[in-house]
Amino acid sequence: MAFLVELVSPERILFEGDAVMVVARTTGGDIAFLPGHVPYLGALAISKLRIMQEVDGGPRFETAVAVHGGFVEVSGEGVKILSDIAELGTDVDVVRARTAMEAAEAALRTDPENVEAKKALQRAEVRLDAAGANA
Amino acid sequence: MAGGQERILKRRISSVRSTKKITRAMELIAGSRIVKAQAAVKGAHPYSELISKVVADLAAGGGSINSPILKPRERVKRSAHIVIAADRGLCGAYNSSVVRAAEGSILEDEEIGAEYALILVGRKAEGYFRYRDFRIDNAFTGFSDQPSYEDARAIGQLVSERFINEEYDKVELIYTRFISAGKQEVVRRPLLPLEREVISGGDGKPGDESSNSATASYEFESSPEALLAEILPKYIEARIFAALLNAGASEHAARQRAMKAATDNAEELIKELSRVMNRARQDAITTEIMEIVGGAEALSSSDADADEDSAARAIAFERDYLEHQGAGPDN
Repeated sequence: MAFLVELVSPERILFEGDAVMVVARTTGGDIAFLPGHVPYLGALAISKLRIMQEVDGGPRFETAVAVHGGFVEVSGEGVKILSDIAELGTDVDVVRARTAMEAAEAALRTDPENVEAKKALQRAEVRLDAAGANA
Repeated sequence: MAGGQERILKRRISSVRSTKKITRAMELIAGSRIVKAQAAVKGAHPYSELISKVVADLAAGGGSINSPILKPRERVKRSAHIVIAADRGLCGAYNSSVVRAAEGSILEDEEIGAEYALILVGRKAEGYFRYRDFRIDNAFTGFSDQPSYEDARAIGQLVSERFINEEYDKVELIYTRFISAGKQEVVRRPLLPLEREVISGGDGKPGDESSNSATASYEFESSPEALLAEILPKYIEARIFAALLNAGASEHAARQRAMKAATDNAEELIKELSRVMNRARQDAITTEIMEIVGGAEALSSSDADADEDSAARAIAFERDYLEHQGAGPDN
């Protein structure tokens, strides 16, 4: 059994397709959605979101997405994720993400309380994680 | 003398011709950009639809109504206008009609005793209002033809913050809505406070196991109020983003139309000038012949009223020539 997953950013639809499971991290913690989940609405953390697809008993196929905040809504129609900044793992520019991470780390060394830098570091880590490049 | 005129005309024609090349190129560029801009407008639809639905669901789930963003002010002391025009000209009446609508809206506010505030997008809007000594709160430039979500976010954060701090009591969007490549219209849309319709019609009820009716019972991660407080700014950003994209597409359409008119006009002008130039050239030739003939005649008559034959030949030649002219296409 599968359900429809839609992932939209303000510019376009990033992902649209049937999936068997979606794993997300909300502000309240990790959560997985399976077919038939109760209607749900929550805010996403800066995290890696995983969409599992399956072709009729074949091997599972995972799509990783870096989401920098956003919302997830589960209803009878499926799972809808809206995020104003989201990137498919395959779209991530690894080199840039790594540079951003190093810059953020450097900023944190001089000022450990820098909130912006902390966020930037988190975003870069999530990006690299989604891209499958280990941070 | 007449030859000089011909040269001047020739120079003008070549200048019009190169202008035509430029306007033609701009027309083609704008034409190709319309397609892209239109796709961007379409691409933003799913997000804004979904975010509207989520907002409505949250509101129905009890996350309403205390948000300051939703509360209309009793007295509007300061009313803000977000005016979206272009960075560049050469797009016909596009900029001036947006700016005119904005000015009208400011006048209306002054009639009810409210101050105005201006948030401008596009160099042309900024130039217009700065020149006329309006107070400008903020001006955003450099992205009117290809707005990104970041731009919308910057504007959205600014106005939401000021609205919540009660610096503004009302915020209005003035932009050009893109209906089709042939049709755009200037619209004024209220942005803040958010209208009630925005939050009505949702089918989210707070998580309640017993109710299993047609309306879905939502489970909320953190309270609906908190979620709503987080999502409403994004909803406003999405509205502004949609307006920016519409304006961008309209700008390209207006520019394409203006440049097409300019190209057609240049073509017409070239035709007209070539005609005048040809006539000038023929006039010059005629005058020259007249001079030669006249000179010859004067010589022969001073030659002791001699050779009438040659004078007659000259006159016949001239008559032939003039008749030939008269039969020509340009007389």
